Amino acid sequence: MSALTLWLNAPQRRRALLTVGSFLLPILVWCLVSYLPFVWHPQVLIDEPGGVDYFQTGMRVDRSDFADQLADMAQQGLPLPSGSPANPIYLPAPHEVAKAFYSGFTSPPEQKNAPWLHESLWHSIQIIFWGFVISSIVGVPLGILAGSYASLGRLSEPFIEFFRYLPAPAFGALAVAVLGIYDGPKIAIIVIGTFFQQVLIIANTTRKLEATLIEAARTLGSRGWRLIARVVVPGILPNLYQDQRILLGWAWTYLIVAELIGTSSGITWYITQQARYQHFDNVYAAIIIIGIIGFGSDLLLARLGRKLFPWNTGREKG
Amino acid sequence: MNAPQNNSQPSYLEQSPEVRERFQRIYDRETILEVRQLSKRYQTPQGETEALRGIDFKVHRREFVCVIGPSGCGKSTLIRILAGLDKHSDGDVLLDGKPVNGPGRDRGMVFQGYSLFPWLTVKENVMFGPEMSGHTRNTADNQARQWLDLVGLSKFADSYPHQLSGGMRQRVAIARALVNEPRILLMDEPFGALDAQTRAKMQHHLLDIWKNLDITILFITHDLDEAVYLADRILVLKPHPGEVQEIIEVPVPRPRTPAQFDSPVFRATKARIEALIHPPVESGEDEENNPEAGPMIRFTNVTDNVE
Ligand SMILES: Nc1ncnc2c1ncn2[C@@H]1O[C@H](COP(=O)(O)OP(=O)(O)O)[C@@H](O)[C@H]1O
Ligand SMILES: [Mg+2]
Repeated sequence: MSALTLWLNAPQRRRALLTVGSFLLPILVWCLVSYLPFVWHPQVLIDEPGGVDYFQTGMRVDRSDFADQLADMAQQGLPLPSGSPANPIYLPAPHEVAKAFYSGFTSPPEQKNAPWLHESLWHSIQIIFWGFVISSIVGVPLGILAGSYASLGRLSEPFIEFFRYLPAPAFGALAVAVLGIYDGPKIAIIVIGTFFQQVLIIANTTRKLEATLIEAARTLGSRGWRLIARVVVPGILPNLYQDQRILLGWAWTYLIVAELIGTSSGITWYITQQARYQHFDNVYAAIIIIGIIGFGSDLLLARLGRKLFPWNTGREKG
Repeated sequence: MNAPQNNSQPSYLEQSPEVRERFQRIYDRETILEVRQLSKRYQTPQGETEALRGIDFKVHRREFVCVIGPSGCGKSTLIRILAGLDKHSDGDVLLDGKPVNGPGRDRGMVFQGYSLFPWLTVKENVMFGPEMSGHTRNTADNQARQWLDLVGLSKFADSYPHQLSGGMRQRVAIARALVNEPRILLMDEPFGALDAQTRAKMQHHLLDIWKNLDITILFITHDLDEAVYLADRILVLKPHPGEVQEIIEVPVPRPRTPAQFDSPVFRATKARIEALIHPPVESGEDEENNPEAGPMIRFTNVTDNVE
């Protein structure tokens, strides 16, 4: 076997390659659709209007319309229009999005006083952060208590279970009425979307803690609050951390809806604004940035988790 | 193998003068634990199950008592009630004459499964008890070191439980229970999950600890050799409901060594328990019990050859 195949076959390398591949594949499809005219390209981007009255340079028309007009002009002996096959405006090519990605951070916004892309993003991140923190401040302790004390669990969980099914965005109007039109209702939507799941998931994680650990602690003289602080919390911490990671991911999915409530703000404002001016390259760039931030922070948190709970990795292995 | 022994073999009831004198000394000591007419009923969807009925016994200071019986006979139920982890339905449990009410530091417990806190180092696990009783970290640290020394694990003070072997983990669990200086150490099949060789070493080690400390031990097992090797007296339970069949005074002299496994008194005692646990007639129950008895006997032969 050659050194190269050996290198490629090492299990870790293979995994890394597959991971890269899982990102490259969709990008490849996007490139094929964008750069190979025969794949799709249902429209024609006009270079020269020729004799057609309503054609303008830079305009996109359907391929069949263009063919009709071309035949028409040829018949009438007028100058022929010319153009190149193109995709619809809402599907920009990868290099256009890449350029928008770069210029989004480097060139000032078109309107005066409008926030830069990174300012919009920062605003969104703050909304998520505060929504998640507020939810966690109440949700994590409540979940742990509901999981530790059966009666508290039975008292709180049925209602929470019911509330969980109410869609958070449905509370938008109410949130605006109570909290005004700025950041308050947006944070509230993130909280509503996160909190109820959080209590149930964490209560469940708490209940899954090895009963022998609790019993051992009790025979060693541990009771009440100290039992929770010294045994339950550290015992579930690695799993609690995983839960929080998953919940943070869900909080992200509420972001766009939350930001549409009241005065639109943050990255959502940026996206709607850019879509209005048909700057779809900017729209895609912004969407991809959301993905990168969400996915990237999750990767970071996973890394950190392995560092934080060294005893847990050993346990998983055997 | 299950034949009743009424021939010329020594009876398990015959005691040498030293052994008899030893038992006299034990009974002269104060009673640490007294169990009176203890019963436990569980409410299940299928109705009420009676796990324990009319259990009566006393454990004296520095005595080593084993409880043996087939699985499901209520051994764990009994020890959990003694530890205060479960409530009994009827009767009394008295520790130093006072009724037991919930878990307490006066009763240490070692579980079969690994009950060490995985997020704490070995030393921190042992420090847990002293810290819970309000000792400063410094005192707890000193005590933990001392007890880890006793179980021979000083070198592993800063390891995490998952880095230790099964036998070492149970030694830590013993140290963690003993650091609280309980009146009685309750052990629920503590060596049940260990391989034969480790198990033999742990039995020896436990006897060593017991000899050198003022500690009373109630030890649950379903291994006959283990019970006879360790115990002063053996409480034999029968299942459905769990009742005391007999309390056997083990006539094997101390100090115990693995060489005694082959001695006539050892075998006679074992044969008696065997007969109690697996009665020769009842065919229906035998089906259930035999597969368990088979490998257990081979098990001990292996141990014999090793030591
Ligand atoms: N929590 C419980 N609920 C109902 N029945 C139980 C419970 N715990 C134990 N039992 C029953 O009590 C009997 C004794 O169980 P256990 O004490 O665990 O036996 P052993 O430890 O001797 O194997 C068994 O028949 C078991 O099914
Ligand atoms: Mg048991």
